[in-house]
Amino acid sequence: MSKQYETVIGLEVHVELATKTKIFCGCSTEFGGAPNSHTCPVCTGMPGALPVLNRQVVEYALAVGLAANCSINQYCKFDRKNYFYPDNPQNYQISQLYLPICHDGWVEIETKAGKKRVGIHEIHMEEDAGKLIHDEWEDCSLVDYNRSGVPLIEIVSEPDMRSGDEVIAYLEKLRMIIQYLGASDCKLQEGSMRADVNLSVREAGTRELGTRTEMKNLNSFKAIARAIEGERNRQIELLEDGKEIIQETRRWDDNKESSYAMRSKEDAQDYRYFPDPDLTPIIISDEWIARIKAQQPELQTEKMERYQREYQLPEYDAGILTASKHLADLFEETVKLCGKPKEVSNWLMTDAMRLLKEHEQEPQELSFSPGNLAKLIGLLEENVINRTVARSVFEMIFAENVDPEQYVEEKGLKVVSDEGALRKVIQEILEKNPQSAADYKAGKQKAMGFVVGQTMRAMKGKADPAVVNQLVKEILEELIVN
Amino acid sequence: MKRILELTALELGRRIKKKEIGVAEAAGAALAQMRVLEPELNCYVTVDERMVLDQAQKVQQKIDKGELTGPLAGVPAAIKDNLCVEGLPATCSSRILGKFVPSYTAEAVVRLLNGGAVILGKTNMDEFAMGSTTETSAFGATRNPWNPDHVPGGSSGGSCGAVAANECFYALGSDTGGSIRQPSSFCGVTGIKPTYGTVSRYGLIAYGSSLDQIGPVGKNVEDCAAVLEMISSYDSKDSTSICRKDYDFTSALVDDVRGMRIGIPKDYMGTGLDGQVKEAVLKAAEVLEKKGAIVEEFDLSLTEYGIPAYYVIASAEASSNLSRFDGVKYGFRAKEYEGLHNMYKKSRSEGFGAEVKRRIMLGSFVLSSGYYDAYYLKALKTKALIKQAFDQAFERYDVILGPTAPSTAPRLGQSLCDPLKMYLGDIYTVSVNLAGLPAMSVPCGQDSQGLPIGVQFIGNCFHEKDIIRAGYAYECSRSYETPELAVRGAEQAEIIYDEIVQQGHLTEENGPAKEPKETGSMKEAVYAAAKRGAGIRLAAFEKAGEQEVRHE
Repeated sequence: MSKQYETVIGLEVHVELATKTKIFCGCSTEFGGAPNSHTCPVCTGMPGALPVLNRQVVEYALAVGLAANCSINQYCKFDRKNYFYPDNPQNYQISQLYLPICHDGWVEIETKAGKKRVGIHEIHMEEDAGKLIHDEWEDCSLVDYNRSGVPLIEIVSEPDMRSGDEVIAYLEKLRMIIQYLGASDCKLQEGSMRADVNLSVREAGTRELGTRTEMKNLNSFKAIARAIEGERNRQIELLEDGKEIIQETRRWDDNKESSYAMRSKEDAQDYRYFPDPDLTPIIISDEWIARIKAQQPELQTEKMERYQREYQLPEYDAGILTASKHLADLFEETVKLCGKPKEVSNWLMTDAMRLLKEHEQEPQELSFSPGNLAKLIGLLEENVINRTVARSVFEMIFAENVDPEQYVEEKGLKVVSDEGALRKVIQEILEKNPQSAADYKAGKQKAMGFVVGQTMRAMKGKADPAVVNQLVKEILEELIVN
Repeated sequence: MKRILELTALELGRRIKKKEIGVAEAAGAALAQMRVLEPELNCYVTVDERMVLDQAQKVQQKIDKGELTGPLAGVPAAIKDNLCVEGLPATCSSRILGKFVPSYTAEAVVRLLNGGAVILGKTNMDEFAMGSTTETSAFGATRNPWNPDHVPGGSSGGSCGAVAANECFYALGSDTGGSIRQPSSFCGVTGIKPTYGTVSRYGLIAYGSSLDQIGPVGKNVEDCAAVLEMISSYDSKDSTSICRKDYDFTSALVDDVRGMRIGIPKDYMGTGLDGQVKEAVLKAAEVLEKKGAIVEEFDLSLTEYGIPAYYVIASAEASSNLSRFDGVKYGFRAKEYEGLHNMYKKSRSEGFGAEVKRRIMLGSFVLSSGYYDAYYLKALKTKALIKQAFDQAFERYDVILGPTAPSTAPRLGQSLCDPLKMYLGDIYTVSVNLAGLPAMSVPCGQDSQGLPIGVQFIGNCFHEKDIIRAGYAYECSRSYETPELAVRGAEQAEIIYDEIVQQGHLTEENGPAKEPKETGSMKEAVYAAAKRGAGIRLAAFEKAGEQEVRHE
C-alpha cells in the first residue's frame, strides 16, 4: 500500500426507550412475553385503529437531545415511511423525516489521540417493528408483534469519526449519557441499542468524501471494531485495484468476520415519506424544555467532579467509577452505608474490575447489593476477618451476592487472635523445626519470617498477622533467654 | 307497522318512550321492509336478524328499567360498512377484507349504543369510500329508492338509500369529499358532515385520514342534529379529536333566520350546474330570504382548485392507509402464490377493485421522490389557500349556500366509464373537507324525472349550529317526501312483519337461558379469531427473502 488513507465514519444509533408502554398505544413494552401477548388493534395494524403519542417518549428524546447539546425543533411532526414487510403491521413505519425533534448537537469523546467533538446531525423518534420467526419444520414464518410499537430514538451522527477507537468512544459516551438519563438500558446484545456504521475511505489530505457503505447487524462493540477494520480494508483494496466502491447496505457476519451486500442504492426503495395525518404536530414549549432541563439528573462529568471534591478520589478513579451509571450508583449507595469512600472505591476499582475482566463482563452487569459490600468492609474494619479472607469473600459476593456476615460465620473464617491457641500452634511448629530456633539464636532474622509463614499456613490464613508476628517474636526471644 | 316506518327517528324515540311502540316492533318493521326491498336496492351488506331482535329486546329491558332515557333510545339505525362494530364483519365493500370481524367498536358507534341504538346492519358503500355512486362495491351497486335505474350517489349510498327507503330510521355515514352530502342529495334525505375533529375517527377504516369525518344521515335536520349530538365527543383515542363545549346541536333547531347572513358563491352557480338544480337551490335561498335572512351572491374564488388538491391529498393518504391490507394479518389472501412478494402482489391485485387501485397508484405517484414537492406539497398549499378563502367569506357570512352536487343522480353505469367526469361531480363538496368545515345537504325539490335535489349549507369551523338553524328553518317550510317504492314496500312488508316479530317472541321465551350463552360464545369466537389473526401464520416464503430486506 503506497498511499495513505483516511477512514470517515458516521453512525446511526437506534435506542429502545425505557417507557412502560408503547409509543402509540397502551401495550406493555416488557421484553419476552408470549408471542403477541402485548398487542392491541393499534400495534397490530388493525383497520380503523389510530395512534396516540406517548408523552414520555417525547420527554426522553428531549432529555437525550439536551444532554447531547442539540437544538430542539419546537414544532415537530411524525411522518410515515412506507414499505411492505410482514413485521411492520401497517406497512408503514411512523418515524420523523422532515422535522425531527432534535438536531445539530455534539458530544465530546476521548481516545488515546485526545479529546474531540462528534457532531449529532439529528435525533428522531420512531416505532420499532415486530419480529419474524422462521419455522424450519413447517416451512413458514411466524410473526410476533410484541415489539411492534416499542419506542425508539435514532441518533444520527455527522461523519466525524476517523477510527474504530473513536467509534467505540462515541458509542460508550452515548450509552453513558442515555443510561444516566434513565432513557434506556442500552444493551447491545439484547438489541436495546443498535448501531449501523456508515463508512468511506479517502486519500489522506483530500477533502472530498468517498463513496460510503452502510454496515448492519453489529451486536457488540467488538463486532463493530472488527467490522470497521474489515470494511476499511475491503474498500482500500478495491481502490488500490482501481475498482469502484458501490454505495450499498452490507450485513456483517461476525462469525465469518466478513460482510456481504444486502442491497445497493439502485434497489433502494422509495419510502414515499409524508406527514402522518393521524398525528397532530408536537408543539414543544419553552417551559417544557426548561422543565426537562431542570429534571435532568447529574450527568457523568458533574458526578466525576463531585467525587474528586467530596470524596477526595483521584481523577482516574472518579472517571472509572462514573463511566457506568450502575457502578456509580453502587459506589454511592455503599458509601452511604459504610461511610468509607476510599475503601469502597478500592474494592470496586481493583477486585470488582479484575473479576469483571476475568468473566468478560461489563460494569453494568455487577449484580451484588451495596449492603453486602458495606458489610464486608465493616468486617474488615472491625478485624473480624483479615484482608486475605476478605478478598476471597468478595469473590463470593461478586458471584452470588452472598451475605458476608453469614458466610464468614458458616465457613468459620473469623480471625483467630486467641493467644493461647496461637502459642500452641507456634510451639508445635518450633518443635517440628528445631533448626529455626537455632538459626534465630545464631542471629538469622529470616528464621522468624519462616515461622510466621508456617503459622499462617497452619491457621489457613485466619490468624491476625500482627498478632502472630508479635507472638513468634516473644517465643523466640524466650528461647534465647532460656 | 307501515306508520312506524314513516316516523322520523325522534318521533319514534318519543313513541317508544311512551310505550306506544316496542323496540322489537320498530326493529321488526325495518327488517320486514328490508326483506321486501333489499333484493332490489342492495343498501345493506350485512344484516343479522336474530342479533337485531336480541339487541332490541335488551334495549327494551333497559328502557323499561329506566336505564336508557335518551331521545333516540330504542331507535334502529344502520351503520356504514367502514365503521367497526364488534362481532359484525367490516368489509368496506371490498374483497380484500375477506371475513374480517373486528374485535372492537368504533367510538361513534359506541356512543350510539350507549344512547340505546339498535344496530340493524352494515350498509353498502363505494369500495373503501372511493366513488360517488356506490357502484364500486364488491357486493354490487346499491340502487336509488327514487328510481332503481339510477345510482344513490356515494360513497355512503347504502346509508342514504336505507334512510330514504325506510329500511332504517337513521344511519351513520362517512364523508371524505362529499360522501355523506352527495348521496343524501341524490336520495332526498338529510346528511351532515361535521367540523373535522368533532366525531372520533377511532374505528373508522380510513380513506383520507385528514379529511374523513363520520356524520349522521336522517329524514330531516332535526334527526341529524340529535344524532350528531350523540356521536360527537372528545376522544383520547383519536389524536385529531377536538375538545368542544358546544355539543348541544339540537339547541339550534329554531325556526328563525332573521338577520342571518347567507352568501351564495357565484362560482357554484355557473357553468357545469344543471339548470333544474340551480333553480331549486335558488328557490331554497328565496325561502330563507323571505324568512328574514340576508342573502347575496359573492366571489369565493379557488373553487376549481378544490378537485385536483382533493384527489392528490386523499389518494396520497389512501395509498398509505390501504397498505395494511396485504393478505398477512387478516382478510383476503390469494389462493396460489410463490413467496412473499408474489403473495402481496396477487392478494392485492385480486382483492382491490379498479377504482381503489387507480387511487392507490395515483397516491403512490404523488408521494414518490421527485414528485412530492410538485404534487403533494403543492396540494397542501392549495388546501391552505382554500381554507383562507373560506375564512374570508365567513367574515361576511354566517352560512354559505349552494348546490350539493351539479346534477341529480345519474343512471347506473354512466359514471365509472369516465372517472374524470365523476371526480368533477365533487366540485361543491370537496373544498369543505379540505377546509375542515361543517356542511349539510337538505332536500329542496325534484327534477323533471322525479329525482331529488339537495341544497348545501356550509358553516364556519365549529359553527354546526348555524347550518342546523338555516337548514331547520328551510325544512319547516316544506314536508318530507318518501319515495313511492318505500311506500309500496311497506305494504308488502306488513305481511311478513308478524313472522319476524314472532321470531322475536320466540327468543324472548327461550330468552334468559339461551341468550347470554349464544352472544357470549359468538363474542368469544370473534375474539379468538382476532387473537389468532394477531398470531399470524404467514405461508411459506423463502428464508433468504427474510434476510434480504431489513428496514431500520
